[in-house]
Amino acid sequence: MTILERVTALLGEGAVLEAGTDRVPRIAPGSPDAVALLLGTAHQEGWRVRVEGAGTWLPSDAPADLALTTRRLDRVPAVEPQDLTATAEAGIGLDQLRQQFADRGAWLAIDPPGLAGRTLGSIVATATAGPLRQGFGPVKDHLLGVTFVTGDGRMVQSGGRVMKNVAGYDLTRLQAGGFGAFGVIVLVHLRLRALPRADVTHVLEGSRDELTQVAEDIAASGLTPAALELVSPALARRDRWVLAVRLVGSPTLVASDEAGLGRFAKLRAEEAHSFWMRLSEGFAVRPVTFRIGGVPAASDELLDLLQHQVGDEWISAAPAAGAIRWSGETTVDRLQRLRRTLAALEVPLTLERAPWPVRMAVGHFGAYREGAGPLVAGLRRTFDPGGALVVATDGE
Amino acid sequence: MSTAALADDLRAIVGPRHVRAAPAERVTYAMDGLPTHRRLPGVVVLPGTREELIAVIRLLAALDIPFVPRGAGTGLSGGALADDGAVLIVLTRLNRILKIDAANRSALVEPGVVNARLSAATRPHGLHYAPDPSSQSACTIGGNVAENAGGPHCLKYGVTANHILSLEVVLATGETVVLGSPGGEPWGPDLVGLFVGSEGNFGVATRISVRLTPLPRAVRTLLADFMALRAAGEGVSGVIAAGIVPAALEMMDQSCIQAVEDSVYAAGYPRDAAAVLLVELDGRDDGAVAAEADAVTAILKAAGARGVRSAKNEAERERLWQGRKKAFGAMGRLSRDLVVQDAVVPRSSLPDVLETIAGIAARYELVVSNVFHAGDGNLHPNISFDATDEAMRVRVELASAEIMAACIAAGGTITGEHGVGLDKLRYMPLIFDAESLGAMLAVRRVFDPEERVNPGKVVPVHACREWSRAANPGATPRGQPVLAL
Repeated sequence: MTILERVTALLGEGAVLEAGTDRVPRIAPGSPDAVALLLGTAHQEGWRVRVEGAGTWLPSDAPADLALTTRRLDRVPAVEPQDLTATAEAGIGLDQLRQQFADRGAWLAIDPPGLAGRTLGSIVATATAGPLRQGFGPVKDHLLGVTFVTGDGRMVQSGGRVMKNVAGYDLTRLQAGGFGAFGVIVLVHLRLRALPRADVTHVLEGSRDELTQVAEDIAASGLTPAALELVSPALARRDRWVLAVRLVGSPTLVASDEAGLGRFAKLRAEEAHSFWMRLSEGFAVRPVTFRIGGVPAASDELLDLLQHQVGDEWISAAPAAGAIRWSGETTVDRLQRLRRTLAALEVPLTLERAPWPVRMAVGHFGAYREGAGPLVAGLRRTFDPGGALVVATDGE
Repeated sequence: MSTAALADDLRAIVGPRHVRAAPAERVTYAMDGLPTHRRLPGVVVLPGTREELIAVIRLLAALDIPFVPRGAGTGLSGGALADDGAVLIVLTRLNRILKIDAANRSALVEPGVVNARLSAATRPHGLHYAPDPSSQSACTIGGNVAENAGGPHCLKYGVTANHILSLEVVLATGETVVLGSPGGEPWGPDLVGLFVGSEGNFGVATRISVRLTPLPRAVRTLLADFMALRAAGEGVSGVIAAGIVPAALEMMDQSCIQAVEDSVYAAGYPRDAAAVLLVELDGRDDGAVAAEADAVTAILKAAGARGVRSAKNEAERERLWQGRKKAFGAMGRLSRDLVVQDAVVPRSSLPDVLETIAGIAARYELVVSNVFHAGDGNLHPNISFDATDEAMRVRVELASAEIMAACIAAGGTITGEHGVGLDKLRYMPLIFDAESLGAMLAVRRVFDPEERVNPGKVVPVHACREWSRAANPGATPRGQPVLAL
């Protein structure tokens, strides 16, 4: 019996999708229990499984015996606008989720890089926050809990559905940014915000140095923008670097903050929408995307370093948060050299997106501070004892 | 090994003044802030430096002796108690603020630094450490990390986990590991996030890098009083649903109001009110904050507030807050003992759950006072009782269990900021299945294969489905204590 025949017998024909160009069978379980059944069987049989969402972010190219896609896990069991919480399955696209929330007057303050249909599970597993991290924090800050299935088919719940929760260890934070190495996320409990009544974007063009200084001045002024993003000319489709400030909240607060901005130009609502959308989508085009995170005061130095080592054509940075995202074409050698250089500065580099050979050689993580490597390896063995999940965590 | 011999070995590391072995000395450490649990530790040791702490842990590792880290002992879950087979490591002497980096809004501290002292030290830089537990004048940052402590202002600024950038941790073996980076970006999976709130089960944080928050330039503090608890709860829901995020949104019920007003912390709360809400709004611009305060006032009045007044000056604001933060102390007037409970419910269910709790209190003939973080749905039903009255103790336990069950039934959880410790172990199987509890135990064994750090807390081992020991083959959890008294 082939793997495909076994899986068809296990989950039914409806779970079998058309395979990609590499002909790896693509399976779409229709429920969290079906994910557990599939992974439990894979563990027993020694099958290697790669996990996919909508296939819009990481390339579907990891060598595996089968591809597990979460795209049929697309239900939204609960939206509670009065509590500003929601529960959604991992395979739903962010665009659909946003619409459902907006219809109820609620808002998920996450704007990750990638195409609009990128799945919630992909965003959580890779912890890819966008410009809104400046005002609303990283992806993990929006999670109340997750349910995940381990590499050997165990279903684990962590966290809960309420705003504060310290019952037990916070396995949700392990899953956020775990790149699927510690299990497959199937259900996510989210913290929402009220749909902002005012949402405006102002931009300023200039040299990178000049705009970095302006960003620092804004941060020091006590303004609390939702986004304060420095964008390279190519990514912004402008002639010069752009500093974009997004302000959200009540009309009074937003108007008050706008008054403190000075010489910025305000974008019309549709211009603002397409500016931020272009920025998100710009990171899903080129083959390699990574993020680095340093202290805010080092942002300028880190941008110089990137320019010198890998170029700075496709860059978006939150100088006041010390977060920088880079995209483009580069080599394994350059990435490894850059990661070593950054590690010496105590700046982690997380490889977010790249073809499999690059992921395998460089690893999503690949550099740890003293003593952390064995802990990560131990956690990996705990949650995927048979090594069923194909994830390039550490590189070669 | 005898306790006397162990005490001598510990004295050789930390000096004779910093080991407590006599029963009378150890009694001081037999409880934390929760009066319903008591354990007498085998030996108490107070290291004065990071190096001494590491040496102590290495000694205990070599001797296979379990240990419990403890800060100021203000915890409310029995989490920092050690039994007579274990050593209690008290971290209050590790109390140095090592660095304040104003440019990057961060500070590096030792675990024994008192929460309020850190904010006082950073105030000249226009910064503060935002998480502000009610015990902040005594509790330590190390304890806050272990419990993932919250506080009134966590509604807007987030709990401890949102403010920790990196940690240096000593594992049970005495090995040191560094988790996180100076900017807060993890090196791979978020081990800082996993460590925060692990209640001392994963090791001891020796150096803690925290994020600092700018002091708000404009602040408005409102006091709203209601003649019905339900109306106050609806006022909370109204503010949250309107998309306003106050810095703090706290509620006190009549029993709590009267205890405060009878005490030296009297804040001017109306004694006849069924509940008061303390709402703080902050921001950059005074005009904008005032406009938000007007919007909140209108929402609360629409929900039935009898009156809403704004603190006229800093002195009045401090007085209003003192009443709230010292409410637990003020309740000492009601009875000789107090159980401060902790649970979280969806915010919209607050009115119903508060009524249910009042019904439970009436049925068990107990005084339950509520003072809590209403904006987060984080309840603190406080049960006044006399611990010398055995029958009353039983009623307190039964009522606590019913309150937890009511919160779980409403879609909530058993603790929002005080932790599981010993006290909530029995409730863990009510919210997590055996597989999920097994996963927690398996993670704990990655950090501490022998389960030697703070044994017997957080995860009820008997309720766990067994996971493979693939992560640490050969390691075995510890059995009976090896210290002989």
